[in-house]
Amino acid sequence: MMEKLIFGRYIPGQSFIHRLDPRAKLMGAIWFIIIIFLANNWLTYVALTVFVLTAVKLSGINSRFFINGIKPLIWLILFTVILQVLFTSGQTIWFRMGPIVISQEGMLNGVFIFMRFVLIIFMSTILTLTTMPLSLTDAIEYLLRPLNAIKVPVHEIALMLSIALRFVPTLMDETEKIMNAQRARGIDFGEGNIYQQMKSIVPLLIPLFVSSFNRAEELATAMEARGYKGGEGRTKYRQLNWQQNDTVVMIAFVVLSILLISLRT
Amino acid sequence: MDIRFEEVGYTYQQGTPFQSRALHDINLSIKGGSFTALVGHTGSGKSTVLQHLNALKKPTTGQVTIGDRVITNYSENKGLKTLRKRVGIVFQFPEAQLFEETVGKDIAFGPKNFGLSEEEAIERAKELLPLVGLDESFLERSPFDLSGGQMRRVAIAGVLAMNPEVLVLDEPTAGLDPQGRKDIMDMFYRLYKEQGLTIVLVTHQMDDVAEYADHMIVLEQGTVRREGNPRELFKEAGWLSSMQLGVPSTVRFAHELEEKLQWTFDPLPLTTDELAAQMVEKLGNKVGDDR
Repeated sequence: MMEKLIFGRYIPGQSFIHRLDPRAKLMGAIWFIIIIFLANNWLTYVALTVFVLTAVKLSGINSRFFINGIKPLIWLILFTVILQVLFTSGQTIWFRMGPIVISQEGMLNGVFIFMRFVLIIFMSTILTLTTMPLSLTDAIEYLLRPLNAIKVPVHEIALMLSIALRFVPTLMDETEKIMNAQRARGIDFGEGNIYQQMKSIVPLLIPLFVSSFNRAEELATAMEARGYKGGEGRTKYRQLNWQQNDTVVMIAFVVLSILLISLRT
Repeated sequence: MDIRFEEVGYTYQQGTPFQSRALHDINLSIKGGSFTALVGHTGSGKSTVLQHLNALKKPTTGQVTIGDRVITNYSENKGLKTLRKRVGIVFQFPEAQLFEETVGKDIAFGPKNFGLSEEEAIERAKELLPLVGLDESFLERSPFDLSGGQMRRVAIAGVLAMNPEVLVLDEPTAGLDPQGRKDIMDMFYRLYKEQGLTIVLVTHQMDDVAEYADHMIVLEQGTVRREGNPRELFKEAGWLSSMQLGVPSTVRFAHELEEKLQWTFDPLPLTTDELAAQMVEKLGNKVGDDR
């Protein structure tokens, strides 16, 4: 069930993108999601697509992964696209039936929305496939640091984030194990009417919560025993290290942004 | 009830970039009424095999015959409940599966799913508690107030309550103290002897294999390497260590005696009692010679 999910996994590698600073990658991905909304005509979308495909190539990851990343979301994407196509009015009308209008502009809008989805998913998939979750939290902690000035507990947020990320696979395993154990005791998950299905979740949810509580307690004790007292005065084992390549990537994003602004109509 | 694997292969995450093969052409059979030990080092595919025993997983290739049901990749998921009632599995650290408010209700959960009424199920829970070494006072307690060992017993009772014909045990004694281990293993052995239950035991404890099992299957890298009588298989200590497995402590001690004192043991002693008896016999002869 969950094993089909590609999104949010890390694939070890040594490509150009793998070696970038996580801060550069995170900023790049966010930047990309912002500037994608600048695009409003064919040329701009071509520019964005070329940029993304170059990044995919540079990441050295099999394109199958990216296609698989889209699969779970394909219905959502198609739904949005079809709504766009059916309900955008325009000048050149191809077909009309009551409130449903298919116009050239609507078609174009649909295609653009589709492109937007695909490009954003590709870009974020590159980010998650090439960056270790822990590096990502390091980057988040670093980038959020200015918020310390307005009393946001940045270190605590980053700590919770990294613990949460660390335990996602563990909890997935645990879920699978408990599901199997309850299936062996005669529970059919995902069968029957909605009420029965909800009821069958209870024997899964309660043990999961109980074991999470136990795990949290054990982890807190273990952390204290190893001298953890909070963010103040801590040094870092994993040092972030900004290199020339990272600057190059940032410049590439600036160039792309300028290009988009000059190309858009 | 017999369980038979024919050319069974299993691939995790098939059709994704992460796919990995766990089982390759496994052929094995577990006879009704036998006590089978499934051994192999970590990652040899034991747990995957185990999940095929009551169709939690369906083979990617080949077929598994459980009683009169044949499970292949194309089998439908209908009617698996009756199968799961007949093959009970006690998973590793089964205490993680407890969830009800009281111990009684938790034990009754399985039987109720298989169609028993609430009262009958609770009645069954009451009968089972002494068997796993707890008394009736536990019936109304919350499972989360119990100690780890007691929780384990409740979880095992929950599986036994379904009255399975085949009982599959995945390292049932992991993390228990020596007395708890012995109690639990003796209980399983009694069920096997007295009620004719078929038992499949997955374990790393070669001492348990030697003491209880009458059939042994050695897995390595997702295939069956050897299958046979533990007494025969334990003779080949070298081969077992090449499978990253050991021999029981009795066999190790017997081998040392063979080496140092040129004794020969026939048959190979598997339990401490057998070893002691053979040593007494040999020492007796020796004393006689000296006289």
